[in-house]
Amino acid sequence: MVRRITSSPLTVLGLVIVLIILITAAFAPVIATHSPTEVDLVSKLEAPSAEHYFGTDEVGRDIFSRIVYGTRISLRIGLLVVAISFPIGTILGAIAGYIGGRVDQVIMRITDIFLSFPGIILAMSIAAALGPSIENVMLALAATWWPWYTRIVRSSVLSIKHSEYIEANRALGANPFRILFKEIVPNAMAPATIQASLDLGFVILAAAGLSFIGLGAQPPSPEWGAMLSNSREILREAWWAATFPGLAILLTVLGFNLLGDGLNDLLDPKQR
Amino acid sequence: MHALQFVAKRLLLMIPILIGISILTFAISNTIPGDPARLILGPKATPEGLEALREDMGLNDPLYVQYGRYMGGIAQGDLGQSTYSQRPVLNDLLRYSPATFELTMFAMVVTLVVGIPFGIISASRKDKLADQFTRIFALLGVAMPAFWLGLLLLLFFYLKLGVLPGSGRLDGGMAPPDYITGMYTVDALLTGNWPVLYAAIMHLILPGLTLAAVTIGMITRMTRSSMLSVLKSDYIRTAYAKGAPENRVLYGHALRNGVMPVITLLGMAFGHALGGSVLVEAVFSWPGLGQYAVNAINYLDFPAVMGVTLLIAVIFILVNLIVDTLYFFIDPRLKHN
Amino acid sequence: MALLEVTNLKQHFIIKKGFLGEKTTVKAVDGVSLFIEEGQTLGIVGESGCGKSSLGRSILRLAEPTEGSIKFKGEEVTDMNAKQMKELRKEMQIVFQDPYASLNPRNTVRQILEAPLAIHNIGSRKERREKVELLVEKIGLRKDQLNNYPHEFSGGQRQRIGIARALMLEPRLIIADEPVSALDVSVQSQVLNLMLELQQEMNLSYMFISHDLSVVQHISDKVAVMYLGKVVEISDVEKVYSDPKHPYTRALLSALPVPDPTQKKERIILQGDLPSPSNPPSGCPFHTRCPMATKECAEIVPPLEEKTPGHFAACIHT
Ligand SMILES: Nc1ncnc2c1ncn2[C@@H]1O[C@H](COP(=O)(O)OP(=O)(O)OP(=O)(O)O)[C@@H](O)[C@H]1O
Ligand SMILES: [Mg+2]
Repeated sequence: MVRRITSSPLTVLGLVIVLIILITAAFAPVIATHSPTEVDLVSKLEAPSAEHYFGTDEVGRDIFSRIVYGTRISLRIGLLVVAISFPIGTILGAIAGYIGGRVDQVIMRITDIFLSFPGIILAMSIAAALGPSIENVMLALAATWWPWYTRIVRSSVLSIKHSEYIEANRALGANPFRILFKEIVPNAMAPATIQASLDLGFVILAAAGLSFIGLGAQPPSPEWGAMLSNSREILREAWWAATFPGLAILLTVLGFNLLGDGLNDLLDPKQR
Repeated sequence: MHALQFVAKRLLLMIPILIGISILTFAISNTIPGDPARLILGPKATPEGLEALREDMGLNDPLYVQYGRYMGGIAQGDLGQSTYSQRPVLNDLLRYSPATFELTMFAMVVTLVVGIPFGIISASRKDKLADQFTRIFALLGVAMPAFWLGLLLLLFFYLKLGVLPGSGRLDGGMAPPDYITGMYTVDALLTGNWPVLYAAIMHLILPGLTLAAVTIGMITRMTRSSMLSVLKSDYIRTAYAKGAPENRVLYGHALRNGVMPVITLLGMAFGHALGGSVLVEAVFSWPGLGQYAVNAINYLDFPAVMGVTLLIAVIFILVNLIVDTLYFFIDPRLKHN
Repeated sequence: MALLEVTNLKQHFIIKKGFLGEKTTVKAVDGVSLFIEEGQTLGIVGESGCGKSSLGRSILRLAEPTEGSIKFKGEEVTDMNAKQMKELRKEMQIVFQDPYASLNPRNTVRQILEAPLAIHNIGSRKERREKVELLVEKIGLRKDQLNNYPHEFSGGQRQRIGIARALMLEPRLIIADEPVSALDVSVQSQVLNLMLELQQEMNLSYMFISHDLSVVQHISDKVAVMYLGKVVEISDVEKVYSDPKHPYTRALLSALPVPDPTQKKERIILQGDLPSPSNPPSGCPFHTRCPMATKECAEIVPPLEEKTPGHFAACIHT
């Protein structure tokens, strides 16, 4: 198993990035060199230096430390949104695929409706309706994300449901519960799980986008999207204020993406 | 199946989706925390005044009556009044949408012109250097926060080099071309207004490329994997085995079959671009729907936000319909089932 | 008393077609009667789509039969409740065609083989292990292969695993739905011989479904020929193969290679395609492709008649 992970350099890269993110979030107070919110007008708009690795913003806050603390916010958003939408989506997908008929039709029409909005637009309007706050952005993202899992799980359940090994289990007298949870679900979960690991990154990206346009995290929160939004005012004077938070987002999304792709190969029993 | 039949069927299937969308947007509108009557009358309102206004606004009616009224309004093009601009939302949407449309179309064209060839090159040079590079770029594109890329481009090409304009659709003080479509490049071209055309294109470059970056990544990856699966198929292997020259195989059989499925994904890419335009417009002060929505959000102008949401969803559905119809015409296999 | 007795069994599927969802009925099995004696093998042959699998699934009630009677050891299967069905499943098992699709790719062979015992709560942990290990040797695999996943085995080995799973509950009857069709010819005979050995040893009865007439000849005592959901001929193997009474059977047999090349045989080539089971021809279902068809054939539905003692065929011309 370990050898299989290490045999793909990109997966290793993804794993390393994700580990760094996790460690940074866990030990933010140790890693950060300054307070993430303390204003220090004397050293405002300073370029990156040994004192301020990533420079300072217009009120002298240390950008490196803000990014370090921002890791916690982003990670929490990603995990919570996936933790809400994944079970809802997969359970509905399993029900739709397994029961079929009317139930399936109703569930799938509802997902169709949610998916007929470009994701960020629906999240934007829900978040706007709920009022700008990071919790509301999480709710809004969860509300737009679940249909993807429903679709994925449903289609894998459908393909598994009619497979001969399910038929064989029915012939053996296995009850529907056993069939659903011992035979279908473990096989159907793999693609959704891979998607979830990719989504950790994409949720963070979307949340940053919403914070960028003023929904979500509010200043002075060191959320990456909010920091970028703030950096527009000082773009001419402080390139570093715009550069580093974006880089953090890019690396995070990239890390979860690479890890997801690696997981894809790993969860395929044919390669075990 | 006949093409007309196909389109008719798809149009019919759109009806429940559109109803669903209206229910969903209505539901979202109804979750606004707080009392709209109080919002309007302010903190000094009397209970009687509030009650009267509520009755007046129909807020005391059962939900389905309110929904009926909402739908009736939409059917007549009444999307409510923007509390910020004080104009009917529909007027605002009509005003701002050509700019967004121009931007997304530009991004889509760039995406196709760049993404598909990259995907093909990547597939035909599988695991070679060119492939590795393309894959890394595509991956970066997919993981890239578009609004950040926009800021970096702005920083470099506008603030540092000063070679490209960084905000708006035209140079300051320049009069827009005569209104035909509302898309400046098209209108300027049609009216032969060359200085405006030049300015409009220059202004499109940065936001357009920013928006395209994400979708280029998507389309490149999809073209690559689609091409690879075609190149692996027996059909192609037979062609090679029969001794057909490599280039002919690649460009004859593989291209047609490999690129065609990518068309079905254009709708999705367009949706991404539409969604992304909200953020990109915010970066480049591009006066389109996204900018309008962001302003509306900051002024708590809720009817305007809902109007944009509804319009973009409808455009998205229509684009998907067009893409599917296009695919239906191109792929002969579909006609038989 | 026969072990299994099927009378006038019908399996109709209602499917929706087209944009408006017009319903059509697919008569996959349309009035089949047959019986299987203890320790014997009944072969079922017919072209793809004639309803062989549907017949097997219907007997096991994997799909609810539309009409007809299924008696196992004299008891009516179609009337059984869930509990009785579960008991019945210990006695009647199935082996599938595709050894790649019939084993859960995420379970080890041990898990796959212990599942039947777990489902029926048979034995302790240890007893289950022992039972699995015993059977696995019988089918020619090694004990140490039990922890492997299905994809680590060849098609023939997988099919043996599928057979072992069906045998775990010590059934009386096994419905084998094209168990060797997906295998290489060299492997086919190994699996067939295994099935024959197991039959001897455990006094099993088989319903052996196949579209390969020579395989059926090799393994069966009796054979039923199906066409469009109906049995058109049924009798002892020797009778059917040496003196077929139905023109469809004759056509099928004429395609077989002749063991003695000096014996000249004319190959009968069937005209046209297999008609759709949702829109079967009037009268005799075979008349559209039958070289002997006359006007009456389009009108009269030929009954399954006893042409010579113990030899039944559904044709008005023989
Ligand atoms: N669940 C189902 N729903 C609808 N139609 C079905 C279903 N199962 C089978 N059919 C139809 O019933 C007919 C008989 O199918 P069946 O699988 O029993 O044939 P078969 O003789 O086993 O064919 P093969 O040799 O290809 O396995 C076919 O026309 C098939 O399309
Ligand atoms: Mg079959």
